Amino acid sequence: MDELKLYTWIAVGGTFSLYFFIAWWARAGSTSEFYAAGGGITPLQNGMAIGADWMSAASFISMAGLIAFLGYGGSVFLMGWTGGYVLLALCLAPYMRKHGKFTVPEFIGDRYYSKAARIVAVVCLIIASLTYIIGQMKGVGVAFSRFLEVEYDMGLYIGMFVVFVYATLGGMKGITYTQIAQYVVLITAYTIPAVFISLQLTGNPIPQLGLGSTLADGSGVYLLDKLDTVVSELGFKEYTTSTLGDVEMFAYTLSLMIGTAGLPHVIMRFFTVPSVKAARQSAGYALVFIALLYTVAPAVGAMARFNLMNTIEPAAGQNLEYAERPQWFKEWEKTGLLAFEDKNGDGKVQYTADKATNEMVKVDRDIMVLANPAIANLPNWVIALVAAGGLAAALSTAAGLLLAISSAISHDLMKGVLVPDMDEKTELMASRIVMTISVCVAGYLGLNPPGFAAGTFALAFGLAASSIFPALMMGIFSKKMSSKAAIAGMCSGIGVTMLYVFQHKGIMFIPGTSFLGGMEPNWFFGISPNAFGSVGAFVNFVVAFAMLKVTGPAPSHIQDLVTNFRTPHGEVAGAHNH
Amino acid sequence: MEDKQSYWQENLRLIFICLAIWFVVSFGFGLLLVEPLNAIRLGGYKLGFWFAQQGSIYTFVGLIFWYGKKMNDLDKKYNVEDS
Repeated sequence: MDELKLYTWIAVGGTFSLYFFIAWWARAGSTSEFYAAGGGITPLQNGMAIGADWMSAASFISMAGLIAFLGYGGSVFLMGWTGGYVLLALCLAPYMRKHGKFTVPEFIGDRYYSKAARIVAVVCLIIASLTYIIGQMKGVGVAFSRFLEVEYDMGLYIGMFVVFVYATLGGMKGITYTQIAQYVVLITAYTIPAVFISLQLTGNPIPQLGLGSTLADGSGVYLLDKLDTVVSELGFKEYTTSTLGDVEMFAYTLSLMIGTAGLPHVIMRFFTVPSVKAARQSAGYALVFIALLYTVAPAVGAMARFNLMNTIEPAAGQNLEYAERPQWFKEWEKTGLLAFEDKNGDGKVQYTADKATNEMVKVDRDIMVLANPAIANLPNWVIALVAAGGLAAALSTAAGLLLAISSAISHDLMKGVLVPDMDEKTELMASRIVMTISVCVAGYLGLNPPGFAAGTFALAFGLAASSIFPALMMGIFSKKMSSKAAIAGMCSGIGVTMLYVFQHKGIMFIPGTSFLGGMEPNWFFGISPNAFGSVGAFVNFVVAFAMLKVTGPAPSHIQDLVTNFRTPHGEVAGAHNH
Repeated sequence: MEDKQSYWQENLRLIFICLAIWFVVSFGFGLLLVEPLNAIRLGGYKLGFWFAQQGSIYTFVGLIFWYGKKMNDLDKKYNVEDS
């Protein structure tokens, strides 16, 4: 076994043992502990757990790569996935915490005095969370197969087993403490390579500052200026100004923001803290911990792009000899994620924006973070750490999603609608069984990713943005909002969003059924399906308020309920008696 | 009841201020006004680009803590802190 593999086994084995230890130490004894960790998590702990819950395989592995190739256009992810926390902290979390229940559908069911509303919310939650979880399971499989040369399937089984142990034993309590450990692992794994690379390129160890500094080669040229020059000479769009289009960027950022604020597995975490004050605070801490990664990511992206361009063409006209390509180049060629084709037969590598002459026929954006330490010649233990970090990011998010799904089924559907007289012990058992089934379903989807896996991203955020977010906002800020109006709003929001996604990406993403085609000329104001959640949300609001005029306001005891959860003081009637 | 009304009004005012800033730094400086702002430099960063990839995020963090602090004061003023 070579050194890298040994280190990787130590890093992965060590972190996994830690997760098992925490699972045993934090096992849950009641439904309150299982769903909301007994309400005893401090804001700082909750902030860290939210950070790990939120930052998925996509944030850890894909985001910097996206930014590396989109440049300024990648800002939609940076602003969209952080700006949502402002909405959460100001508009949703404190009031939902005050109401004092366990799940998002439960809040919607209480506020809209309707089992139908609760069921609609459960359906949205399950679709959004399941589509989201496929990506995490794939991330686990890929990390194992790339770094440990274990079969993809085997890697997935190992990942499923680990999540199974701590999620079923500990529920929210076990997941929370594991997520805290996973946050520490993933942020260390993300920042250490970034610090090294920033130091190498600019002499400044802080990546956020390094990105705005001059190059360390003594030329006195700013890194970003040099990058702009290099990429535009090769025909690519200038890094710092390449945009996705004005309307598209606006709609995309807004969709990601409100989608983030409407994702149930994140909102749920705010039910774990002891008070309203703590809910506000934990949103702040959460964003600090998230920002640590999100402000480093643009530096990682730009520096990875710079290193890649520089390796291939160290100076204008002096291209890399293919025969002398570095080791990481060969490693990634084996995976098929990097591919070279010597079109002009000169034995050198030409990388340009022109399809006819470009010889780097495949540069998968996902390799940017994973290959980064190797490209920068960092020691093997750093690479091993990146593997453990990627796994931590994928597992922590998967666990949060699984809990959201299983609590929606055991608490909202079974206890709330089907078998209301279930006692607590039975419910706890039921939630563990549902959790087990959810892990198996998630594993199955990871093993047999449906053909539409690539398009599901749009669906998860689109659904959260167009249904859950508006329903919660209106429930809190409009006392009069009635059950009928809210349900009509949710259904039309989802309807419009799904229709748009399907008509451009295919019904259930089956190729050939996209009756308007994926083509840009057919896009509504040039908005891509990924960015359509904001339009769906707008439709939701309009329909709901129009229906409210027609059907009349909510009954007075519901208006009193709203008045009550708007202030931190006192109990809400019926709260905490589970 | 009167108290709860004005507590909520003051809260709404705070939310409005925060969301206005939230909108200006991200959608304003980061997207709509990015081109004129890019004429200004912050070290190696063009200012519009910096807001889109760094500045907006720092502002978001600041906003949440500021709002939390103001709300704690407000809770005290109206004597509605949670037990």
